[in-house]
Amino acid sequence: MSSYEARFKVWRGDVQGGGLEDFEVEVNDGEVVLDIIHRLQATQAPDLAVRWNCKAGKCGSCSAEINGRPRLMCMTRMSVFGRDETVTVTPLRTFPVIRDLVTDVGFNYTKARQVPAFVPPEGLGPGEYRMMQEDVDRSQEFRKCIECFLCQDTCHVVRDHEENKQAFAGPRFLMRVAELDMHPLDAAEESGLDRKRTAQDEHGLGYCNITKCCTEVCPEGIRITDNALIPLKERAVDRKYDPLVWLGNKIRRRPASSG
Amino acid sequence: MSVVDRQEWDVVVVGAGGAGLRAAIEARERGARTAVICKSLFGKAHTVMAEGGIAAAMGNVNAGDNWQVHFRDTMRGGKFLNQWRMAELHAREAPARVWELETWGALFDRTRDGRISQRNFGGHEYPRLAHVGDRTGLELIRTLQQKVVALQQEDFKETGDYESRLKVFQECTVTRVLKDGERVSGVFGYERESGRFFVLEAPAVVIATGGIGKSFKVTSNSWEYTGDGHALALLAGAPLLNMEFVQFHPTGMVWPPSVKGILVTESVRGDGGVLRNSEGKRFMFDYVPDVFKEKYAESEEEADRWYDDPDHNRRPPELLPRDEVARAINAEVKAGRGSPHGGVFLDVSTRMPADVIKRRLPSMYHQFKELADVDITAEPMEVGPTCHYVMGGIAVDSDSAAARGVPGLFAAGEVAGGMHGSNRLGGNSLSDLLVFGRRAGWHAAEYAGERASARPRVDDTQIDAAAAEALRPFSAEGEEPADGPPENPYTLHQELQQTMNDLVGIIRREHEMRQALEKLAELRVRARRAGVEGHRQFNPGWHLALDLRNMLLVSECVARAALERTESRGGHTREDYPAMDRTWRNVNLLCRLADPSGGFAAGDPVRGQISLTRETTEPIRPDLLALFEKEELVKYLAEEELYE
Repeated sequence: MSSYEARFKVWRGDVQGGGLEDFEVEVNDGEVVLDIIHRLQATQAPDLAVRWNCKAGKCGSCSAEINGRPRLMCMTRMSVFGRDETVTVTPLRTFPVIRDLVTDVGFNYTKARQVPAFVPPEGLGPGEYRMMQEDVDRSQEFRKCIECFLCQDTCHVVRDHEENKQAFAGPRFLMRVAELDMHPLDAAEESGLDRKRTAQDEHGLGYCNITKCCTEVCPEGIRITDNALIPLKERAVDRKYDPLVWLGNKIRRRPASSG
Repeated sequence: MSVVDRQEWDVVVVGAGGAGLRAAIEARERGARTAVICKSLFGKAHTVMAEGGIAAAMGNVNAGDNWQVHFRDTMRGGKFLNQWRMAELHAREAPARVWELETWGALFDRTRDGRISQRNFGGHEYPRLAHVGDRTGLELIRTLQQKVVALQQEDFKETGDYESRLKVFQECTVTRVLKDGERVSGVFGYERESGRFFVLEAPAVVIATGGIGKSFKVTSNSWEYTGDGHALALLAGAPLLNMEFVQFHPTGMVWPPSVKGILVTESVRGDGGVLRNSEGKRFMFDYVPDVFKEKYAESEEEADRWYDDPDHNRRPPELLPRDEVARAINAEVKAGRGSPHGGVFLDVSTRMPADVIKRRLPSMYHQFKELADVDITAEPMEVGPTCHYVMGGIAVDSDSAAARGVPGLFAAGEVAGGMHGSNRLGGNSLSDLLVFGRRAGWHAAEYAGERASARPRVDDTQIDAAAAEALRPFSAEGEEPADGPPENPYTLHQELQQTMNDLVGIIRREHEMRQALEKLAELRVRARRAGVEGHRQFNPGWHLALDLRNMLLVSECVARAALERTESRGGHTREDYPAMDRTWRNVNLLCRLADPSGGFAAGDPVRGQISLTRETTEPIRPDLLALFEKEELVKYLAEEELYE
């Protein structure tokens, strides 16, 4: 096993302001960025604020921007950086800083509340649900979401546009609408709720111009744009009036690229 | 006195994992105004890490399954130490709890006829685990989270306020349960973001804080698992039950070092994965204990046939209960037949086509690829035991989940003891959360409703004492310098983890446990000097300093109980007493705080903070005993129990 001293820049501060602080810190074989942040806490900066839980890529707590790219710290291995490269860790830019690497992600919880819940079908009791695997596959893909909010962070509709936050739910919650809309037994329509319509009118689907930034940063590899947002757009409006849908279909036909 | 924000609720649930959220949903649906306290963000609780599935005898895949078979498997897995009434309720109610999740929007994997698919798991006679790939815990937590939101949406429609009847306090930690005489009167805690203290006054408190794994070095548990609820109950005067039983999951990652302990789901074996040693041998055939001999295959051929024809073949020994598999791996490594990084090999690559592996075990594929550069479709994984679950916990009434001795206190999920006996079967945890989470919420709401007109009073001196206790780490510097310099909480934590790992781990020896008790006493003294830098706003050093109290209390319980129980059973293996002893079958060990007034002899390793008592368990109800063959029962029960 080989160790080395890495150079880190970590943003420290709070709502009043702050800046990048330099650290030199030991790195060992196989470690991830979160290990290094923990080492900083244990040896150099005991009050360095960071969120984390599972350290296994399952809970979506340790989101940050590493060298400017939104990532999970627990799933970013140090081996992807050169040994002489300085690694810069900053908080998610789209959300207000609380302290150091911790941001106020309350925006997401507000948006979650605005999406009407699953409507159980009438006349089917517990244990009577029958659904085919191929019919639940689509919604299951979206339910892989670990709510790390990296897609919400990277989405340019809100990244530098505070003013859009009111009207726009962000990829995660538009995907939630798509998930419910594609649920084989959701009875929203029977209850008078048109999910496609609300996606457009209440959750700001029209703001999305399918640049696929959300898909690119998703640590679960969910094809948010192709499988959730574009189909939702197609269902929401008549396709000939939305040039973006036309464009999206062109883009979608390209061979799937990596990442 | 401190100025502390106070609110009144009917039921306070401490913990927002599966059990806590299920309890909160139930309490709110039964009309109680309910607050949920969540150590992390809402939806991040440790439950998300559960992979394999929810055990429930729905009989969707094998119609032979029913609650009696599930009950039998659970009792066998726990080596008959289970609080049998809990095991019965659990087996009876689990299917309804799973089906209910579907009506809240959960999407489980399906059978060909469109029902919920069920998979095989260790110790379960039939395919029984409802699952979603290998991310079942995420589905469970998200479904409950979304149900909470659905209820809040209903309340918003009615009252104009989402949080009028059900509120989640995110990133808050409870440090004390408050009492009015014998009864619970509320909780004291702090908010991480601001560091401010708060009090929630309530006649009923449900503890659902999960486990204790962060006291061990190699663990699959997340940072929240510091035994908070166990300690809160002890400090409130409630006893803990059978704390010596700690489950080491047989398959954690062993390399690279930074991920050591991260879980490799049992589904890998349930779906066909096999364990091999460095000689390429499927060694589990050599480790089938006598009590399980009739149930497990004797040859690889028979074991392999079982996957397609379970009615005419016996199951592979890789699917023995977790305690057996963990001990076997430990023995192989010790005998020099381990893998390069000190584990054994777990292989699916030669057992299933690559696309099937990627579909059935997507998280495992991803986890090994990303964290260890291992492609599990092409090569075996290296795995070894990791601290995973505590069977011991708050002693509760089986039906109501009420903690013993403290009216108004309830407990559910991993923090409650009894249900799993000496060893938990995989899949029985998620079902436990749902069954007993619901029961705890139900009885807490009922209890609070009965006391609506005579609410307990919150005592200001308790609030002041709790605030002073919580602030102590900030004044460690400069206070009684003769005691020594302030201690770094991170260092103390690392020493504690090393101690528990090395001295009270998977194989236990008397002299090592005595050594552990001495080390714990030393750490207790030093922990009183744990100091922190900075201020109260989102300060992880401070939070850790406060969590240390809990980890030290719980670790002492584990060490003392483990030293007392002179036999090996389930999650408790003594090298000096290697056999299961029938005379211990009906013995529960209860841990209580030795000096509830708070002036305990923290530095004295002999006295310590915990006192132990033995108690004889209630005899198993005859109709439940009748579910087993006499020949099987004689292996577990003492003579006199058999003839009663």
